[in-house]
Amino acid sequence: MPETWWDQMLYMITLLLKIAAVVVPLILAVAYYTYMERKVIGFMQVRRGPTRIGPLGLLQPFADTFKLLLKEIVLPANADKFLFLLAPVLALAPAFAAWVVIPFNDTMVIADIDAGLLYILAMSSVGVYGLIIAGWASNSKYAFLGALRSSAQMVSYEIAMGFALIGVLILSGTLNLREIVLAQQGGLLDWFWLPLLPLFVVFVISGLAETNRAPFDVAEGESEIVAGFHVEYSGAAFAVFFLAEYANMILISALTAILFAGGWLSPFEGLWFIGDTFLGQGSIFWFLAKTLFFMYLFLWWRATFPRYRYDQIMRLGWKVFVPITMVWVMVAAVFSVLGIVVRGS
Amino acid sequence: MNTITRYLKSLMLLELGKGAAVTLRYFFEPKFTIHYPEEKTPKSNRFRGLHALRRYPNGEERCIACKLCEAVCPALAITIDSTQHEDGTRRTTRYEIDLFKCVFCGLCEESCPVDAIVETGILEYHFENRGENILTKEQLLAIGDRYEETIAANLRQDAAYR
Repeated sequence: MPETWWDQMLYMITLLLKIAAVVVPLILAVAYYTYMERKVIGFMQVRRGPTRIGPLGLLQPFADTFKLLLKEIVLPANADKFLFLLAPVLALAPAFAAWVVIPFNDTMVIADIDAGLLYILAMSSVGVYGLIIAGWASNSKYAFLGALRSSAQMVSYEIAMGFALIGVLILSGTLNLREIVLAQQGGLLDWFWLPLLPLFVVFVISGLAETNRAPFDVAEGESEIVAGFHVEYSGAAFAVFFLAEYANMILISALTAILFAGGWLSPFEGLWFIGDTFLGQGSIFWFLAKTLFFMYLFLWWRATFPRYRYDQIMRLGWKVFVPITMVWVMVAAVFSVLGIVVRGS
Repeated sequence: MNTITRYLKSLMLLELGKGAAVTLRYFFEPKFTIHYPEEKTPKSNRFRGLHALRRYPNGEERCIACKLCEAVCPALAITIDSTQHEDGTRRTTRYEIDLFKCVFCGLCEESCPVDAIVETGILEYHFENRGENILTKEQLLAIGDRYEETIAANLRQDAAYR
């Protein structure tokens, strides 16, 4: 087939449209996730959260965004200008890029690649560079200490997270996220969270640590080090870091939904009284609902748990999570070999 | 054995579950916050807000320039000058309260033998220029004229305890 200039253009345009179709809702989701965070935490502290801007405070995220965008970006003296401005981009790009392989339902996925899970792991690892470079380029000891803390934490928990993923791989037998979801077919009890319960718990908690969220947010422990690696950032550059953090949280929630909670599959699949109605069929709404549930967990736990001490974080990551996941990977292998958990049943 | 049970318990995240249950319960509880400008908390009739000078029903000023309030004021916020009228009564020529100095203790109100200086329930006011913090006699009398009904009602309510 001769590829004309027009064919290539068409290909590029559809690609860009696809990217926009994911990134624009994602940015909106991030905006409203900050609103949801303030509301949920407010409600748990018996307050009301933002109520002033727009009905129920619904325009609050936009007010915040425009405030940040209109503010001056302060460049610290002796900061490495190029790296200082590159760092937020390096933090944000992988958080968005990872969404390429997320399947919203059976057909809605930008790149249905076979090594999707590896790609996600790679992207989440690249995000660490953003933090390290931000901390280093700021030329400030606080930013540098914060960067060391968060990057050490992210690297440590990536190991536990990786092991938790191995369990999923063993049971599903594929790295393709779409096929991983299809391997969980059969309703609530056939999803991987049940046979892989310890891995599921470890994955969710590692997800918290991976995104530097409470109770693992030592990087921004207000009493010691303020905002961690991004203390020196202001205005739009800070907004980009903010966006990256929340995009990562949503990504982890979506991943948890896909890997352990059956992605777009319906929890009522195969129940006789539900039948083949809308509730019984898998759809993007189930996926969004599950993602929203895990996003809520992030906020719920932030409102509940006190911050871990740094050495406790490291102990938990290396001495508790890694052994647990290693043991349960063996158990998962036994499940798979003995046919206790059968793929796609 | 004890260590093992403790270890198992911590692995099951029981304590964390309990904590999360508490926050979840409060999530659904009614909220304390009051939408301030639209909703307001009830105020005591003894509330000590902005000051006012009162008049008798016939329009005569109550204040007899005895300067008890000036003497008792712990923050030295009150300044009084007085003179004698032709009819032999003593009246103030100047009665000023510096609201930046005032600590709203209510001692002036308590010391006043004729209930002339009172603190009203007004708490929402502001200044836009330097010097506006000093309330002159005219301003104080104006406040008193405007809110006489509520001031009198509050004093009547409190009369039995004074």
